Amino acid sequence: MPVVTPEPDLKQLEPKVRVENLNFWYGATQALHGITMDIPARQVTALIGPSGCGKSTFLRTLNRMNDLIDETRLEGKVLIHEEDIYADRVDVVALRKRVGMVFQKSNPFPKTIFDNVAYGPRIHGVRNQEKLAEIVERSLIRAALWDEVKDRLHISALELSGGQQQRLCIARALAVDPEILLMDEPASALDPRSTARIEDLIGELRRLYTIIIVTHNMQQASRVSNVTAFFYEGRLVEYGPTKRIFTQPRKKQTEDYITGRFG
Amino acid sequence: MMSRRIVEKAVYWLMRGTTYCLVLVIAYIVIDIVYHGFPAISWTFLTGMPRRSGAEGGIFPAIVGTLCLVLGTIAVALPLGIASAIYLSEYARAGRFTRMVRSAIVTLAGVPSIVFGLFGLGLFVLFLNFGASILSGSLTLACMILPTIIVASEEALQTVPKSLREGSLALGATKWETIYKNVLPYAIPGILTGSILGIGRAAGETAPILLTVAAFYLPRLPHSIFDQVMALPYHLYVLATQHPEVDKVRPMQYGTALVLLVIVLGVNLIAIILRNRFRKRCRW
Amino acid sequence: MAKHAWKEKAIRLLLRVSASTSILIVILIFVFLGKEATPFVVEPGIDELCSTRWMPVSFQKESFGIVPLVTGSLLVTGLATLISVPFGVCAAVYIAEVAAPWEREILKPVIELLAGIPSVVIGFFGLLVLAPLVKLLFGLPSGLTALTGALLLALMAVPTVISISEDAIRSVPESYKSASLALGASKLQTVWKVTVPAALSGIIAAVMLGMGRVIGETMAVMMVTGNAAIITASPLESVRTMTATIAAEMGEVPFGSDHYRALFCVGITLLLATFTINMVAQGVLKKHRIG
Repeated sequence: MPVVTPEPDLKQLEPKVRVENLNFWYGATQALHGITMDIPARQVTALIGPSGCGKSTFLRTLNRMNDLIDETRLEGKVLIHEEDIYADRVDVVALRKRVGMVFQKSNPFPKTIFDNVAYGPRIHGVRNQEKLAEIVERSLIRAALWDEVKDRLHISALELSGGQQQRLCIARALAVDPEILLMDEPASALDPRSTARIEDLIGELRRLYTIIIVTHNMQQASRVSNVTAFFYEGRLVEYGPTKRIFTQPRKKQTEDYITGRFG
Repeated sequence: MMSRRIVEKAVYWLMRGTTYCLVLVIAYIVIDIVYHGFPAISWTFLTGMPRRSGAEGGIFPAIVGTLCLVLGTIAVALPLGIASAIYLSEYARAGRFTRMVRSAIVTLAGVPSIVFGLFGLGLFVLFLNFGASILSGSLTLACMILPTIIVASEEALQTVPKSLREGSLALGATKWETIYKNVLPYAIPGILTGSILGIGRAAGETAPILLTVAAFYLPRLPHSIFDQVMALPYHLYVLATQHPEVDKVRPMQYGTALVLLVIVLGVNLIAIILRNRFRKRCRW
Repeated sequence: MAKHAWKEKAIRLLLRVSASTSILIVILIFVFLGKEATPFVVEPGIDELCSTRWMPVSFQKESFGIVPLVTGSLLVTGLATLISVPFGVCAAVYIAEVAAPWEREILKPVIELLAGIPSVVIGFFGLLVLAPLVKLLFGLPSGLTALTGALLLALMAVPTVISISEDAIRSVPESYKSASLALGASKLQTVWKVTVPAALSGIIAAVMLGMGRVIGETMAVMMVTGNAAIITASPLESVRTMTATIAAEMGEVPFGSDHYRALFCVGITLLLATFTINMVAQGVLKKHRIG
């Protein structure tokens, strides 16, 4: 069943993340050129474009995961609630707590299911067992995994199927109560059925979180997102309501990509 | 065509022969020592004090001495080595300092053991005035096996996938929390395996302790880390070459050699078994 | 700054300090060897060191020429290398390319076992088994010769040579081998004409690292070479190496005497020799990995 995607008007939506003239370099190679965009709150924003277009790099600038790579440089501003996350005094750790991330390849820790979900809350100081159990249950319910694992929370997460592992990673990210959820091709390694479950889940989560998802798969972008940004060679080419982008692209490159002329 | 096949066969058997020749020699050494050493082993031999400068009695002080040295070496080298490896694997960025550390490790790995002995003598025994003692010997051996532990630990840390680090950081864990809770636990088996090999080497080394700790003949147990001790490898050396009645004490020599061999190879065997077990288990 | 940020900084600093101890130890080794040795270089001087007689205890005039010790080390090391190369390389090629998987599973731990046997035990074995054998075979008055030492050292170098050569051989891309096999070459031809030449620099580095180990080896060599400080090129004569000299004499010298300082000079010579060999080997190895 396709997720209902209401048509938003970007101008009227409350912006959650504002990106202003963002440039990014790996060493001497510039990966992002002057990106400016407002990402709306409590919507699903899809980032599409051919491989190497900078969409994943862009996603990782939003929780400063690129800081981990040596010799990278960034110019411009990323504002979350009007606060520049690249300002000097920003606490990266607190930022990453607010901006959760789900990776392309599911990366459950080699611990039990319970410990995976409880990892974040424990790091942030939750010690009370009842409270932890409550958080784990709530997160697993939200990630639509609870019914499948509630009787075996103490088996290793590595024994779950690929699709379940990815939902576990989503639950793990939800357990620290983020406001924004970044997803880097979360379904690219999954079979169609698991992919459908993840897509349904994204539709559910939209009510609670601001979701930004990188995807290779245009059908997926049109199914799950209400806003779409098309990246090409490190530039933001076109940005608008998903339906409009897919039915009446304004730029030639967008149209070529969507109609499958390159990619 | 026929002759080519004969040549091929000959080369094949030559290679195989050389390899198995080595295996035979190794087997011969081990069997010779076990065969001659086993009859010398007895409860008194293992737990008794030596008498008549080692010609009779047991080797208990030498066993205790070697264990003290090994423990002392572990206490110094393991934390230092693991900490260095964590720095190199997780924190170091390409630069002058990192390059210097890496070449220092390679240099240390190549320093002959007797030179470590001279160094330990100059620094620990004389300059720092620790005297010939367990402390001096352990510190010297620790310097010697530090590179082994660093290299093994770094390798073990590198086998932990990057995705575990990213996953943890993305949840708002700090770098150290990530390393401590989500990297180290999975690297510990590998770290221990590699380190045990280094420790085995420390237990069997003679040259460094010759100049920094080992007593020729000292039939009592140490009371503190500032005491001299006997040690198995040095005791074997003394019995085999310095003893006035070299031929008469042959059983004692073989017995000591066997105990030393069992300790060192036992330690190595544990490491190899551990490694194989973890290799099978750790599929990410 | 947040509290955890301070903690992170402190931990990072602590780890960095730990990592720098390796540098510190290297520096201290050079400083302390130099500190104990330099007075000798000042008085009696380098000329004394370069003389050809090592006679540290004498009723007339002591003499501290390290030339016989250096030639002793060179002779034993050279011989050991000559012996260990064919064995080490053949075994490495066999284990890496020819042996069946089950065979490899057995051979590798056995070779590792050899690396684990303490040198004093090898020396002990050499003294009791090998030396009488050498004496018998060559009809010598004593089996404690350079050759005996070299044979033991070759045995001790073999694990190093095998494990590093094997890595080098295994790192040869599969495509080279397939290309050769596709041209109709047999497996062994491929191994010797394609794989080994492609891995050659790695194998050379392996041999050099083995040499580095051999020249610094002390106990085994001290127990079986007879320890006569003479200059000779004959493998059947007794020699005294630098390592054995330090180990045998350091226990009996008065601290601060000329003899004591001369032994530190020997130590420095030895350190520089192994340092050079290892550096060159590392250089070759690095080139091999890049190339």
